[in-house]
Amino acid sequence: MTKLIQSSIARKVVMALSGIFLVLFLALHFTINFTSVISPDTFNEFSHFMGYNPVVQFLMQPILIAGVVIHFVMGIILEIQNNRARGVKYVQFKGSANAPWVSRNMIYSGAVVLAFLGLHFYDFWLHEMAFKYVEVNPEDPTRYYAETVEKFAPIWRTVLYVISFGLLSLHLWHGFASSFQTMGLNNKYTPAIVNFTKIYAVAIPLGFAFIALYHHFNPIIH
Amino acid sequence: MKIYLKIWRQKDAASKGKMVDYTMEGIEGDMSFLEMLDILNEELITKGEEPIEFDHDCREGICGTCSLQINGRPHGPDTMITACQLHMRSFNDGDTITIEPFRAKAFPVIKDLIIDRTAFDRIQQAGGFISVNTSGHTIDANSIPIEKEKADDSFYAAACIGCGACVAACKNASAMLFTSAKVSQFALLPQGRVEATDRVLNMVRQMDIEGFGNCTNTGACEVECPKGISLENIARMNREYLSASLKG
Ligand code: HEM
Ligand code: SF4
Ligand code: FES
Repeated sequence: MTKLIQSSIARKVVMALSGIFLVLFLALHFTINFTSVISPDTFNEFSHFMGYNPVVQFLMQPILIAGVVIHFVMGIILEIQNNRARGVKYVQFKGSANAPWVSRNMIYSGAVVLAFLGLHFYDFWLHEMAFKYVEVNPEDPTRYYAETVEKFAPIWRTVLYVISFGLLSLHLWHGFASSFQTMGLNNKYTPAIVNFTKIYAVAIPLGFAFIALYHHFNPIIH
Repeated sequence: MKIYLKIWRQKDAASKGKMVDYTMEGIEGDMSFLEMLDILNEELITKGEEPIEFDHDCREGICGTCSLQINGRPHGPDTMITACQLHMRSFNDGDTITIEPFRAKAFPVIKDLIIDRTAFDRIQQAGGFISVNTSGHTIDANSIPIEKEKADDSFYAAACIGCGACVAACKNASAMLFTSAKVSQFALLPQGRVEATDRVLNMVRQMDIEGFGNCTNTGACEVECPKGISLENIARMNREYLSASLKG
């Protein structure tokens, strides 16, 4: 680990690999969530499987949490080192003249996503842990859909989620394609990777926002 | 043209500097930016004041010495040029122009606008060379066939003049574009492959020791580089570094 922290390229690779891992996880998470809009039963089945399968719970979940922690801790280390590398600050620095806003503000879009993850863990993960291991309730494979809808009843939570998805979109807009460059991939496929990044960075957060809004408004309309 | 200048003045490395205001009249569009500073310095000397120290040598865009941060950008508002190639016609009558030294912890200010870029020399010395026996048995370079494409890419990388604009432009003060150009120019050629593993490991290690920041792929360096050094070189260096690390 100390060797990793010592090399700038190794730090970058840790950032890129954990980022790509989170991108893959996000696609899976989105797929499962989207079933809640199509079929509550399917959503319940998936959720129950994820909640009680020992491989998911005791292998994949810790790996995911480690991935998130490694990513944001390394992000903060990079930010501190990069600030120090400037030394005396410029009186005038025109960052917008040569680099896009999203690429210069990854720490801020990341910080909002991190704050969101705090809320999201409190909302769903902590609730699950309490349900299963503290209150030791019996298994109930049909509760997930109703619980999710209930979560999105307050407008403030729905709004906070939607704003966070907006910032996630900005984070991915730069981050996804950037991780390929970090891994040493810059060739004739790069324009395709950049285009795919743009589609992914818009479609996935937009989809998540749609799901949140759907569960907020669906019960009001019906 | 009448021009208002805000220029960084700093007595020596140990002193704290500050921005000082100057006003200049009768500036012509055809004057180069450095000529404008020459005229200002003549005025200062005539008045018995200390002239503004700034670095320059060739004044034709090939040596990379003229390190000026002009209006928040290395080498000023135009791209693909050094500060000596910038002309006053890029500015308008009544403009305020700020001039600062390139800023990086690894490039400490020596005086006024002059910075110490020996950090780049040390990166170069760590591996930016090939070991050739020059004791009278030098083999003709053309005796080794090289693909045209690789020769071209190597040549483009070798165009880096070590000016430091990439570091100055980067929000992280990262020296990845410079180092990657110096790694790439050899990595692409058969003569350079022999020492490729040690070269990339040693040059990146030196770059880190000097205290440059971590690249976050903003691409500012590529936009500001007067020689158009491409980000592809950074990807190549990362590849080289990763495979060299795995080899151990
Ligand atoms: C689901 C959540 C997240 C995903 C999918 C994600 C994805 C990514 C990706 C793919 C990169 C690019 C890595 C590279 O350029 O090589 C990146 C960079 C970055 N991430 Fe995240 N990230 C997430 C959450 C966070 C959080 C919570 C933080 C906390 C501060 C954060 C901070 C950063 C920073 C500072 C960078 C910039 C480093 C760089 O550009 O090299 N990210 N992220
Ligand atoms: S890569 Fe470009 S900007 Fe950086 S030192 Fe070389 S010539 Fe200057
Ligand atoms: S003085 Fe040589 S490049 Fe400007």
